[in-house]
Amino acid sequence: METGHLIAANDFCSSHQIEISFISSLKEFGLIEITTIKETSYIDTRQLQQLEKFLRMHYDLEINLEGIEAITHLLNRVNNMQDEITALKNRLSLYEDESL
Amino acid sequence: MEFIDYYKVLGIDKSASTEDIKKAYRKLARKHHPDLNPNNKEANKLFQQLNEANEVLSDPENRKKYDKYGKDWKHGEEYEKAQQAQGASSGQRGREQHFGGGQGEEDFSGFSDFFGSMFGGASGSGGAGRQAKYRGQDFNAELHLNLIDALQTHQQTLTVNGKNIRITIPAGIENGQTIKIAGHGGPGVNGGPNGDLFIAFSITNDTKFKREGNNLYTSVEIDLYTAVLGGEATVDTLTGKVKLKVPAETQNGTKVKLKGKGFPVYKKEGEFGDLYVTYTVKIPANLTEKQKALFTELSNS
Repeated sequence: METGHLIAANDFCSSHQIEISFISSLKEFGLIEITTIKETSYIDTRQLQQLEKFLRMHYDLEINLEGIEAITHLLNRVNNMQDEITALKNRLSLYEDESL
Repeated sequence: MEFIDYYKVLGIDKSASTEDIKKAYRKLARKHHPDLNPNNKEANKLFQQLNEANEVLSDPENRKKYDKYGKDWKHGEEYEKAQQAQGASSGQRGREQHFGGGQGEEDFSGFSDFFGSMFGGASGSGGAGRQAKYRGQDFNAELHLNLIDALQTHQQTLTVNGKNIRITIPAGIENGQTIKIAGHGGPGVNGGPNGDLFIAFSITNDTKFKREGNNLYTSVEIDLYTAVLGGEATVDTLTGKVKLKVPAETQNGTKVKLKGKGFPVYKKEGEFGDLYVTYTVKIPANLTEKQKALFTELSNS
């Protein structure tokens, strides 16, 4: 059942064969947002990529929620740094080769 | 094709138990998993090797076969052929994608030739990797452009995983920038949405302009007389030549800004950065005696 950009949390969980409690715990940790309409939980599809990443970390790599939380902060920093490095590299090309 | 020591890949010895293998795999997966190593191709490759080793060693049948033939894997190939001749083979199933999902490469072959020749495609049984279970897999591709191509918004057809996709590349895209084409990744499962396609742009600049964001930089040579007395200089811009008035007594290294003659601003049609021109004053060489005398006179004046 899709409601606009929302998908039912139950559908997601049964497709992944996981307990809904995992999603609730992620919500408690502030890692995802859940929308509740008429007592049914929905997830915005834009969060799916991140949510499935959490799932892999938890079920494939056996990382607990505290670990996932810490990793998420670090990954955000890594991403920001990678963007910064790209920008700096592009700037650096100004000064490389011949001087202007 | 080289023999791959799967025990070495997982850092375990031949007597390792199923539990040891699982542990070793998990430990290394936590290090090299693509989800934890964004934009790291090396980690990606290591993770694929890990998956392959795990695919072989965690499956009792595969492990037995691998241990039996080991370095004499070529015989394993013969074994495989014999099996097929007897009709005992389960048939050629496509290689399954035992990939954590995070970072799909364009090259999906995944497993090594060694693996292919010994096992004829993944058995797909005990692997700890995940197939798409709801949302489809994301694909990553890289696109190379020349700076000139990034001057105008244009369409380009890409082939990703055998499918042609027509995309619009907005003018002013930056080197290293990634754009997302929603829904063009792998197909979703059980009603889940498709994954996305991420295209990273690599832009080569073979012009004489340097680019920093929306601004361009170039230099133009003027002779000493123009610098001292003033005059004109012709400058190339990306859209043609421009004549500039050089004021008298212009110093070497003077920078002038040509407003709006820079690079188009990303996703802001009609907006452009600026072009900065640096004057390089050329000192006359091979002076005649008369010219020398004039300069001497000038220096004494």
